[in-house]
Amino acid sequence: MTATVGTTGATDSPYALTHLDTLESEAVHIFREVAGEFERPVLLFSGGKDSIVMLHLARKAFAPAPVPFVLLHVDTGHNFPEVLAYRDRTVAEHGLRLHVAKVQDYIDDGRLRERPDGTRNPLQTVPLTETIQRERFDAVFGGGRRDEEKARAKERVFSLRDEFSQWDPRRQRPELWSLYNGRHAPGEHVRVFPLSNWTELDVWQYIAREGIALPEIYFAHDREVFSRSGMWLTAGEWGGPKPGEPVRTRRVRYRTVGDMSCTGAVDSDATTLAAVIAEIAASRLTERGATRADDKMSEAAMEDRKREGYF
Amino acid sequence: MTGTTSPLTAEQLSATTLLRFATAGSVDDGKSTLVGRLLHDSKSVLTDQLEAVERASLSRGQDTPDLALLTDGLRAEREQGITIDVAYRYFATARRRFILADTPGHVQYTRNMVTGASTAELAVVLVDARNGVVEQTRRHVAVAALLRVPQVVLAVNKMDLVAYAEPVFAAIAEEFTAYAASLGVSDVTAIPISALAGDNVVEPSATMDWYGGPTVLEHLETVPVSHDLTGCPPRFPVQYVIRPQSAGHPDYRGYAGRITSGVLRVGDPVTVLPSGRTTTITGIDALGRAVDTAWAPQSVTVLLADDLDVSRGDLIAPTATAPAVTQDISATVCHLHERPLRVGDRVLLKHATRTVKAIVRELPYRIDLSAGLAREIGPAALAVNDIGTVVLRTAEPLPMDAYADSRQTGSFLLIDPADGTTLTAGMTGEAFTGPAATADDDGAETAAADDDGWDF
Repeated sequence: MTATVGTTGATDSPYALTHLDTLESEAVHIFREVAGEFERPVLLFSGGKDSIVMLHLARKAFAPAPVPFVLLHVDTGHNFPEVLAYRDRTVAEHGLRLHVAKVQDYIDDGRLRERPDGTRNPLQTVPLTETIQRERFDAVFGGGRRDEEKARAKERVFSLRDEFSQWDPRRQRPELWSLYNGRHAPGEHVRVFPLSNWTELDVWQYIAREGIALPEIYFAHDREVFSRSGMWLTAGEWGGPKPGEPVRTRRVRYRTVGDMSCTGAVDSDATTLAAVIAEIAASRLTERGATRADDKMSEAAMEDRKREGYF
Repeated sequence: MTGTTSPLTAEQLSATTLLRFATAGSVDDGKSTLVGRLLHDSKSVLTDQLEAVERASLSRGQDTPDLALLTDGLRAEREQGITIDVAYRYFATARRRFILADTPGHVQYTRNMVTGASTAELAVVLVDARNGVVEQTRRHVAVAALLRVPQVVLAVNKMDLVAYAEPVFAAIAEEFTAYAASLGVSDVTAIPISALAGDNVVEPSATMDWYGGPTVLEHLETVPVSHDLTGCPPRFPVQYVIRPQSAGHPDYRGYAGRITSGVLRVGDPVTVLPSGRTTTITGIDALGRAVDTAWAPQSVTVLLADDLDVSRGDLIAPTATAPAVTQDISATVCHLHERPLRVGDRVLLKHATRTVKAIVRELPYRIDLSAGLAREIGPAALAVNDIGTVVLRTAEPLPMDAYADSRQTGSFLLIDPADGTTLTAGMTGEAFTGPAATADDDGAETAAADDDGWDF
């Protein structure tokens, strides 16, 4: 036995897999199931760390062939420029095809209206579901993890959505062993979550192990921010800061990447992957609790948005 | 002690293994408290989550945080104060990472526990020390035995309410262990706990010095994760054919899949089923890297010597230990859906990576999990949550193992062809390995289940 994959874990068996190898193997299995069973899968790609890990896993799953899916980004119009640059660089580098659904287009032609609070995260649902229907995508990969939020903890790996893209938590198919049921009627689609069993820490450890490049905003840097609802937000054309919200320069980084209006930065000196991992391992706040304003709208904010078709 | 409350170093985090386990308990056995304590004491409940629970508890007029709100994620669950569905929780200690299938003990218990137990390597069954082994306990053990969960922990909870008395614990442990053994479950660890007071959950009990065993968490951290899979005959269901047809790889033709059991080596003579053609493994790509050896549950790509017709749904196995193919399947099933299963029903059967048409030929019997596994012969139908046996005829031959030998290639789903609904979870072969199951046998698949089926 000269070359074998995986490193031996904490047990004595030569065949023990570390938790990262186990999670990777499971995620790859899910990618390949979808490729084998669906006609028109699409991978949601925002340039955030979860979707970056998803793309990395998909590339490994089908190597040396290219990833057999197209990508879709729902652009809120309030994205971090570094993240958009990363997105476009990655798409070009790997010869991928990217669909972009723009919230701004929907606002411009009156199909969506800007919310009073300026937050565009909830507005993503309409462009997302319309693009899925228009392009007739039948499987939509998302980077959602069950550790993120308690409604997500209830989500299946294969999650059937009706013709209105709605999630009905009471009508989910039971999911046993690794037998995923992707049957769906025309017009319906399945949301697929290969990272279901990963935690935030797993994602970071995997990024470190695989040497995956990330947008710079995940690492500590000096940034002009202002405080709103207990979070550091970046000033921008989306409607901040308001009078009485003084801008200051702080050393921060982002734990999640999303719409600028509701994604907060955290104070941090972590400039390396090792420092980020140490920081997360010690953090007393969840990723979403620390940085997402939209989840705080109500106790069931995530569940309600998911019912509407959000991820 | 395990030092679970301090932050973990990167080194500690990267070398750990993963344990999947399920909890089972009746409504008032204190399962939420146990789960809450495991999560809380392993730093898996963070400040903002706890604050959210406190806020929600206050708004309901409760003075103390209701830890069940941590796990009841859906609006309907919180409104009704019940758990509807399986939820998965994640926590870690320095020694191991855990995926907990938190299965509700409520009305739909069997279906939910079957779902949670299907991927579990260990099941924790809670018993209230005041009530001892009750009908629900027998049901939980039976489901664990049925699904062949390799390890079972009996957590005798609420020891504080029986004055921490050893005889109470000993009697329950003895009765439970004997019942489990009769179902073929030989590996039971019994732990006396008080989830509320914290005895023997994470910290050893100060009041039960008569108990010399591990705490629940210690046991979870140290119990061997089942890698027996690598000792089983290799099975490799083909998921997808990788054919780049690119300038760099003009002739590459790889069969992608996950090894469900055993070890594959370059040079192994293999048979492709159901066609029965034989060839040799000439290469294994482990996600982009060429290797000589790979094992379950790794996802790999296998290259074969001959240009055979191999596609999704085929199974590659060593020629010497290849499974037989059959169109007649005898299986134990748990029916999952409100729509009943009847003789004559035409269904789809999903096995590994293959989905075929099938017809329900017979329903030999239904098992009552609570009342000593009594058998109702020839039931008219299997209703939701029913456990029973079926005889199926498939439209195409399938390479099936007994569930006792492989949870992956011995399991299947029945699906409604009309709307895709998942109807039934199936396990090929006899239900239990113990004396209760061998009383009368029927079907061709049972022989393999008779030898020591517990080491799946």
